[in-house]
Amino acid sequence: MNTAPTSKIRHFVGRIGSHFILIPAALVSLFPIVLVVMNSLKSRKAIFGAPLLPPLPGTFSTVGYETVLKRSNFEMYFLNSLIVTLGAMFLILFLGSMAAYALSEYRFKGDTLVGLYMAIGIMIPIRLGTVSILRLAVNLKIVNTLAALILVYTAMGLPMTIFILQQFFRQVPRDLKDAARVDGASEYYVYRLALPLVAPAVATVAVFTMMPIWNDLWFPLILAPSDATKTVTLGTQQFLGQFVTDWNAVLSSLTLAMLPVLILYLLFSRQLTRGLTAGALK
Amino acid sequence: MQATTRSSSRPRKAFPFHILVFLVPAALIYTLFMVYPLIDSLRLSLFTNTGSGDVFVGLRNYVTLLTDDLWSPRFWGALRNNLIFFLIHTLVQNPIGLLLAALLSSRYLFGRGVYRTIYFLPTMLSVVLVGFIWQLILSPLWGISKGFLGFFGLGSLFRPWLGLETSALIVLSLISVWQFIGIPMMLFYTTLIGIPDELIEAATVDGANQWQIFWRIKFPLILPVIGIVEILTFVGNFNAFDLIYVVEGALASPNYSTDIMGTLFFRTFFGQQLQLGNPTMGATVAGMMFFVILIGVLLYTFVWQRRVTTYEL
Amino acid sequence: MSRKFAVLTLVVLLAMVLASCAPTQTAQPTQAPAAEPTVAAAAPTAKAKLTIESWRNDDLKIWQDILIPAFNKQYPDIEVVFEPQAPAEYNGVLNTKLEGGTAGDLITCRPFDASLKLFQAGYLSSLNDLPGLENFSDVAKSAWITDDGKDVFCVPMASVIHGFMYNKDIFDKLGIAEPKTEAEFYAALDKIKAAGITALDMGTTDLWEAATMGFQNIGPNYWKGEAGRQGLIKGTEKFTDPQYVKVWEQLAKWKPYLSDGFQAQTYSDSQNLFTLGKAAIYPTGSWEIGVFSPQIDFKMGAFKPPLPEGSDKCYISDHTDIALGMNSKTKNPEAAKKFLEWMTTQEFAELYTNQLPGFFTLSNHKINVTDPVAQTFMSWRGECESTIRNSYQILSRGEPNLENELWAVSAQVINGDITPEAAAKQIQDGLDKWYKPAQ
Repeated sequence: MNTAPTSKIRHFVGRIGSHFILIPAALVSLFPIVLVVMNSLKSRKAIFGAPLLPPLPGTFSTVGYETVLKRSNFEMYFLNSLIVTLGAMFLILFLGSMAAYALSEYRFKGDTLVGLYMAIGIMIPIRLGTVSILRLAVNLKIVNTLAALILVYTAMGLPMTIFILQQFFRQVPRDLKDAARVDGASEYYVYRLALPLVAPAVATVAVFTMMPIWNDLWFPLILAPSDATKTVTLGTQQFLGQFVTDWNAVLSSLTLAMLPVLILYLLFSRQLTRGLTAGALK
Repeated sequence: MQATTRSSSRPRKAFPFHILVFLVPAALIYTLFMVYPLIDSLRLSLFTNTGSGDVFVGLRNYVTLLTDDLWSPRFWGALRNNLIFFLIHTLVQNPIGLLLAALLSSRYLFGRGVYRTIYFLPTMLSVVLVGFIWQLILSPLWGISKGFLGFFGLGSLFRPWLGLETSALIVLSLISVWQFIGIPMMLFYTTLIGIPDELIEAATVDGANQWQIFWRIKFPLILPVIGIVEILTFVGNFNAFDLIYVVEGALASPNYSTDIMGTLFFRTFFGQQLQLGNPTMGATVAGMMFFVILIGVLLYTFVWQRRVTTYEL
Repeated sequence: MSRKFAVLTLVVLLAMVLASCAPTQTAQPTQAPAAEPTVAAAAPTAKAKLTIESWRNDDLKIWQDILIPAFNKQYPDIEVVFEPQAPAEYNGVLNTKLEGGTAGDLITCRPFDASLKLFQAGYLSSLNDLPGLENFSDVAKSAWITDDGKDVFCVPMASVIHGFMYNKDIFDKLGIAEPKTEAEFYAALDKIKAAGITALDMGTTDLWEAATMGFQNIGPNYWKGEAGRQGLIKGTEKFTDPQYVKVWEQLAKWKPYLSDGFQAQTYSDSQNLFTLGKAAIYPTGSWEIGVFSPQIDFKMGAFKPPLPEGSDKCYISDHTDIALGMNSKTKNPEAAKKFLEWMTTQEFAELYTNQLPGFFTLSNHKINVTDPVAQTFMSWRGECESTIRNSYQILSRGEPNLENELWAVSAQVINGDITPEAAAKQIQDGLDKWYKPAQ
């Protein structure tokens, strides 16, 4: 029905028009982050005097970063966070995908019940169990070790992971699995065959479960508060408390706490979106 | 579909060893570090501390929480605030997420990768940092928002929003929306770009415009995802805690107007400056949170999922 | 194949757990062996390690750089680690750790009931036989003693005094003298406000500022210090009595002098406003002195709560605020006692008082306070009757919690959301719900 020229114009308008919404939205997303980073590089007077201006020759200052790096163990905290997050991620994805595979693949007595049981975890605030978890950690002698954190986060991440991955495993073609079975493959081999086919979904789950682990404050505070096991998030928080009025230090430590996650995300965002889109297209 | 047939043909004598291998490691860690501690603590809601030990009182704590004139205003207030919190997410976060996803899914868009990355950026930040950053921005003393409004000649519109009973909860909800908009956006986006081109081309040939294509073809296909987004939002909102705690403190100032279930639970369970924690009532609050979220999850599985058709693509 | 896979899974799992255990266990040699009783005998030769739980994260530097090194000069074999938390998290984290048995050896005590409960639950040791405790008066010990006065469970460290700090430069420029009476106080406020400067520096978003720096700061002048506080406990006075309502009436009068948007002004905002020289008068407590001194480029002074009309006797809040107790489950009780004993000495009192100006030692040692502003606060002890915050002893034991209520209500009064009378009624009604004074 449409004649060629009008559809072309409409097309052009549509393409440009989207940016009228997308650009402001992007600015809103970025503004607070840029503001903090920008002001962390300014002198105290300039932070208060002209908060919206970028650091200029007269107002540029790195005094905040100097304070932060001098008085804290950021490198070690960062390493701890990395070990905990990667360790928990590995367990969550590995064990979670196995359980999800079993729940989607096999019919057995009480399978629905097991499925429901695995979802309880998302319905009760995990903080409620703090005292019991701490007691358990004490009995297992893992207080003030990163293992305690890894195990708790694994338990926290499993329900959502199993819930989501189950759906994706159901989309794996049956023919493929049956063909392998006919060839005498074990059930473990079939799982390994199916796993790459849901890799995009695994990537998605990885990002969703990673954020709360990296950013958690509570369990590091309770289970592993010693200096040797402190995570970046806990380190930053205690740091902030010390310098509430030293805004140079506050803004600098905020920036330092944000950066690792943002860099990680920027590195992986390509894989993530590829995973997401590939998953959607199957 | 095929998936429903599964391996029912297999003999069901001994429980297959491999199923155990698949399930037991996950179930073990989950049971030990999540279910057991939660149940062990939830049990406390059936007890009361008399000073000389815990005494079993059945459901009396729940009755107290719901009816006592000391507890019930706090509980119902927190529940109401939490519903408002959830409602704002539903009305603001999810439609905007959908809009952004719809715009981004346009095939000829320039720079969609950059946009996608930017929108998802705040989601990666810790809630503690987000609360802190926005508190600085909205601070009446630092003057960012005032200066910003002043730039447009609207300086007189500035109010200390985070400190006013009428606006604090709404502003906090919007901050949370700002942070988490990336999640619905991503989920909608994934679904939208999965819609086969033939479907849309066929509609275009039939003379449908973009608007009609969206509502008649794309929308029914993303309806199931809206359900997933809603239930994730619901669960997330009713477990929310950190943002309010960071910005308004455990007492959810001003005058409890930002008190939600998470802060009520924390305050009750762990106590305050001079207030000692009350584990039994705290567990009762957590029990109610469990109950509310369970209702949401059940509604989702038994009402929404049964009424909404999922189309195979 | 299948067996192999299962074994592999287990191996990976174990490896993960072990890998994450390993580095921290080697880093903390005291952690693992301490669990075995046989090691206890060998303890004296090994370096004992003490961990201090505290909410004073502001003081981390002073503990690390000055207090602990000073202690180690006498006791080089005892390693002390100061592990502070953010104040808001302290109680929750501490209680959880005590229940789980992982709390530090020495525990910073909040005054009165919070610590009393810990002692009653068996988490804190009795310190009755601690040498050096005789250096503290009964008043000093009163915040950390059982109701029957039999057991002391924390070594008193310091008290803080409430008052008003002010920017001397602004006062001089506007020709204002330190206000002594309320009339002078409001005259000064009017003058500062007219000059376009924030006269009174306080926010209501964090609530406790309104109660602690407002209500408890100026209140003692109205309820006559200890007389009023004891009256409330005995039940002979009520919050609805005029001497209490009047305090809230004063707070209600503060609103016009506060800065624009004070409803969303946080505690750190208030601190910044004052230290940047943008506000003239800051209702506060002596603990700020040490925080502010290095930050300001103007002269700072302090005046005590101005006298109400018609009264000539002044009362100040000299609040027993902080003490240190011993975790009853500590693995190094001898070392912990040595540390506590050291805290009763002249040396500690002097170091603490002068390194943390504004925290005044509770011991009987004669201390030279060097900081001029701290001296000012200290001098009020000689001129006025001292009392402590009236919500701390006994009255915050029940639900609704009096302290929490005072925070909320005082903030609402300053915001202008409720009247002083309504505030008084809400507080007294809440107290009547559970508190039956022993007649």
